[in-house]
Amino acid sequence: MKVSMNWISDYVDLSGLDLNDLIHRFTLSTAEVEEVYEMGTEVNGIIVAEVTKVEPHPNSKKLHLVTLNTGDHEEHCVCGAPNVREGMKVPFAPLGASVVGMTIKEAEIAGVVSCGMCCSAQELGIADSSTGLMELPEDTPLGAKMTDLYAIRDTVFEVDNKSLTNRPDLWGHYGIAREFSAIAKRPLKELDLEDLTVYASLPEVPVGRIDHELCYRYSALRIDNVRKSVSPVNMQIRLYYCGMRAISLLADLTNYIMLELGQPTHAFDSRMIETIQVERFPETFEFETLDGTKRKIDPETLMIKSNENPVAIAGVMGGLNSEIVADTDSVTLECATFSAVSVRKTSTRVGLRTDASMRYEKTLDPELCELAARRFTKLLLTIDPEAKVVSRFTDRYGYHYAQVVLNFDQAFIDRYTGIKISGDQIVDTLTRLGFAVTRKEDQFSVVVPSWRATKDVTIKADVVEEITRIYGYDNFKIETTMSALYPVRPLQVKADEAAIKDTLVKQFRLHEVHTYIWCDAKKLAGLNIPLPKNVALLNGMNPDTTILRDSMQETLLPVLNENRFYDANFGVFEIGRVVAGQKENGDCNERRTLGIAFLAHPLVPRVAFAAFLDMISATLGNLRRKKVSFERIGTRFAWQHPQNTAAVVMDGKVLGYVAATHPEVQEAIDRRAFIITAEIDLDTFAEISENEIVYEEPSKFPGIDIDLSFIVGQDATFGDIEKEFRNHPNANLKKISLVDVYEAEIRSITIRLHFVSAVKTLNKQEVQSYIDEVLAELAKNNIVLRG
Amino acid sequence: MAISMDELWKQFCENLTNADSSEAFEQLRIRYLGKKGEITGLLKNMGALAADQRREYGQKVNELKERTEKAITEKAMQAHVKEVERKIAMTPKFDLTQPLKLEEGSYHPITLVQRDCEKIFASMGFTIEDYDEIVDDYHCFEALNIPKHHPARDMQDTYYLTNGQLLKTHTSAAQNAIMRKYGAPLRAIFPGRCFRNESTDACHENTFFQMEGIMIDENISISNLIYFMKTMLSEVFQRDIKVRLRPGFFPFVEPGFELDISCLICGGKGCPSCKNSGWLELCPCGMIHPNVLKAGGIDTEKYTGFAFGLGLTRLAMMKYGIKDIRDLNSGNLKSLSQFVQ
Repeated sequence: MKVSMNWISDYVDLSGLDLNDLIHRFTLSTAEVEEVYEMGTEVNGIIVAEVTKVEPHPNSKKLHLVTLNTGDHEEHCVCGAPNVREGMKVPFAPLGASVVGMTIKEAEIAGVVSCGMCCSAQELGIADSSTGLMELPEDTPLGAKMTDLYAIRDTVFEVDNKSLTNRPDLWGHYGIAREFSAIAKRPLKELDLEDLTVYASLPEVPVGRIDHELCYRYSALRIDNVRKSVSPVNMQIRLYYCGMRAISLLADLTNYIMLELGQPTHAFDSRMIETIQVERFPETFEFETLDGTKRKIDPETLMIKSNENPVAIAGVMGGLNSEIVADTDSVTLECATFSAVSVRKTSTRVGLRTDASMRYEKTLDPELCELAARRFTKLLLTIDPEAKVVSRFTDRYGYHYAQVVLNFDQAFIDRYTGIKISGDQIVDTLTRLGFAVTRKEDQFSVVVPSWRATKDVTIKADVVEEITRIYGYDNFKIETTMSALYPVRPLQVKADEAAIKDTLVKQFRLHEVHTYIWCDAKKLAGLNIPLPKNVALLNGMNPDTTILRDSMQETLLPVLNENRFYDANFGVFEIGRVVAGQKENGDCNERRTLGIAFLAHPLVPRVAFAAFLDMISATLGNLRRKKVSFERIGTRFAWQHPQNTAAVVMDGKVLGYVAATHPEVQEAIDRRAFIITAEIDLDTFAEISENEIVYEEPSKFPGIDIDLSFIVGQDATFGDIEKEFRNHPNANLKKISLVDVYEAEIRSITIRLHFVSAVKTLNKQEVQSYIDEVLAELAKNNIVLRG
Repeated sequence: MAISMDELWKQFCENLTNADSSEAFEQLRIRYLGKKGEITGLLKNMGALAADQRREYGQKVNELKERTEKAITEKAMQAHVKEVERKIAMTPKFDLTQPLKLEEGSYHPITLVQRDCEKIFASMGFTIEDYDEIVDDYHCFEALNIPKHHPARDMQDTYYLTNGQLLKTHTSAAQNAIMRKYGAPLRAIFPGRCFRNESTDACHENTFFQMEGIMIDENISISNLIYFMKTMLSEVFQRDIKVRLRPGFFPFVEPGFELDISCLICGGKGCPSCKNSGWLELCPCGMIHPNVLKAGGIDTEKYTGFAFGLGLTRLAMMKYGIKDIRDLNSGNLKSLSQFVQ
């Protein structure tokens, strides 16, 4: 919203104060000022002159040679304006004067020397377009400076609308003036209002049924015999500086009232208005608003009707059928309060957000209706003294907000602020802001003014804000708390996440990435991965990205694919959330999940896969001092390789999977690459307890290492052999390790057994009988010692 | 007749000249000096000598033994040195530039910034919490004093889900659960990922990170809030940061503030980065609204508290000079692999 400091100065005397400093303090105390504009600074030396002679230009049909009287001398210039005529008074820029964007110099125009320029409103910077010269009233004194006659010079600032969301009272200049009165500690002047009680004996404006659930107050007033149709220049300038455009006196007045009080009003041409009703229609129909657009009105939409016919969308925009036109001489003024929610929804439905609807959305004070009617009448009668009020102030006040009274003591304020703000200062600030304060020593009782009581100020903490923002946050003493400190223990999941990231980055050199929580249908299709059936976004903007991922790979594999030329061997990982379907109550089963995807060009895929498993074991195993095992399982996802997918198991719990990639997916990414993926449910992992370190004194006796080479079939694994030894517990067998796997025409696996006793030196014979026992078992599975 | 000592020494010297390995030296040692060695064997001749000659003979044999021993040791040492030199000469000079199979790993920049912040807050006694990304209307709005139809919901372009839940629009959505979990007094931060339904461009992302912080105790005041924000932000940016508060409207705080910091580029003098104001808008904060405390089960007569929301994504962009916010979720290793630590 744009604010004119000239307008503010109508209500607070700010003379002697630095305006820019005040505006800065407004930012610190009230709402953010985004920009400050100095208006009219380019307009210099423009004076009032009368056109005394208009002669044709010898070389142009459009141009004229104009003679002007400035009161004490004559001026001559070439003028191209279509409306130039003898006897009119215009702003004239003599040589050396300046208008917006230029300084006036002697110039030859189509072969004739011109010394000066007749100006349009646009050239004076007080309108955004002009069709001709600005025509000044007949009684304007010749030779007078335009900047003295009119409020062309002004300081205008723009407030961030978002920072006014909670302040319906700041959507008009008078409310902002109240803030300046508190900030500058200068009195706020009263509004100049018409006394409408003198018209009490006149007939009512006919008002029928009102839906008071959505229309809290509806008031109307009829004024006839409006003769003037153009607003005073200063009013036009203010409207323009505040971002609106002068249209006609009645339309301008409604805008002016809105910008001054924050209360939208609507002016109907009385000829089009009979009995007014404020209701919804039972059916859907089309309605043409005064911007000339046909809009669909549904049964939810509150409408203003005249004898059952729609004439306006309540709180949003009037209809074309009842708008003020050139020959309108009687106005029916509507001042109403509509439900904020209803206006907001209507405005969304009809796709029209207006200056009026924006204000209604903020929950306006119904008390403003009467103020607006009185102010409108006062201004109209001042500008057009022949106009006549022909109705009484007709008022249907169906819903009153409750008065808000708040009681608190000095200690409450002190505790909240942490500093000492005196009782006198509290009373002064609140009083300037319109609160009625009663103080008994340290006890305060305040009545919240109606314009703040619709929702903005309802509790004691709200009053703290009023006091402190005017006191100024930069005046606060900065102090630490006296709170006790307690030890802080990190959450298991957070500690796990940090440790896993460190291991994967530092030890295994993976790259951490972030991906979205939803699948990208196009990217998945490119990788031959079907979209999961899962919970989806209801209102996403892109139809390709609505289904939430049920696996990290749905977003990691596309990342791997996009980076496939990055390096010959690289891996990415992300710790994020997946939605593993829905819980019984319908909520998303959100799981913290580690996803890893690795792309390699290995000499031996078997070795790369083993290294990958080792990475998973090391990453998870060390964190709990527990062993990770891998168990071959069937596939669940399309990218998993049917032969090489394994469950990751710890403590009997399945934590996730490791999988080589399905050829369909792998080849879509890179024909020659070997891609491995893994996914670990960190919520499940967090439930696994950590093993303590159990210290064992190392044996003082030498141990024995025995290497055994087995001839095995294609499917036998080191794990099969290891398991057999584990199934035959031996207190002296401390370690089983894999020495080598040899694959040629025969396949062999070499392992090393490490035996050691705590009480004596072992000899080979002692362990051989144990080994033979296990070998006999292994032989049953065709795992036999080599030659 | 037995060989004379001189002949034996001569013979030994010839053999030693020919020896060139540690095994050869050991063999010589055994041959001449071992228990059955040739020099040792000379002592057997002693019995045939007259008593007065034995002493002199014994001395001579011992002298020969020592000489032999010394000769072997010296020669072996020389040979060892030569051998080591040969091994060194044989070892190639390794390539100092040859990279390993994998380049070094990298963290996501958000992780780095988040860790910096977490460290600072942990050092000031804040618990670090974690929360869901998918929440319900109650936690995201209702419990935060944002009832239905509240205009504040207009400001939140929320992603609603087909099952009635929603993607959390701000980390504040965790406030209620954390208050319920710990009660008062409480100091906690909770970093998290948030979602807004808006079009993306260089400055806007629909998926971004925030870090919320709350502190609740008896007598927590606005003055404390300013202190903590100033202290923490000075730590975050590793320099003395000036802060200023302006009124700001957020339904879950009262009073609510926008916190500005003195511009990091110009230090407050005014530059294009701060639009010549000298200040950068950094984070919303405020005193926790009594309705929010109440919803969290906290006694509002006894306790007050403050809350703040730091934009981690924004901090990361400021810290590393990342110009396009979309780089962060791009998965593009050309940008992300640079964040090594």
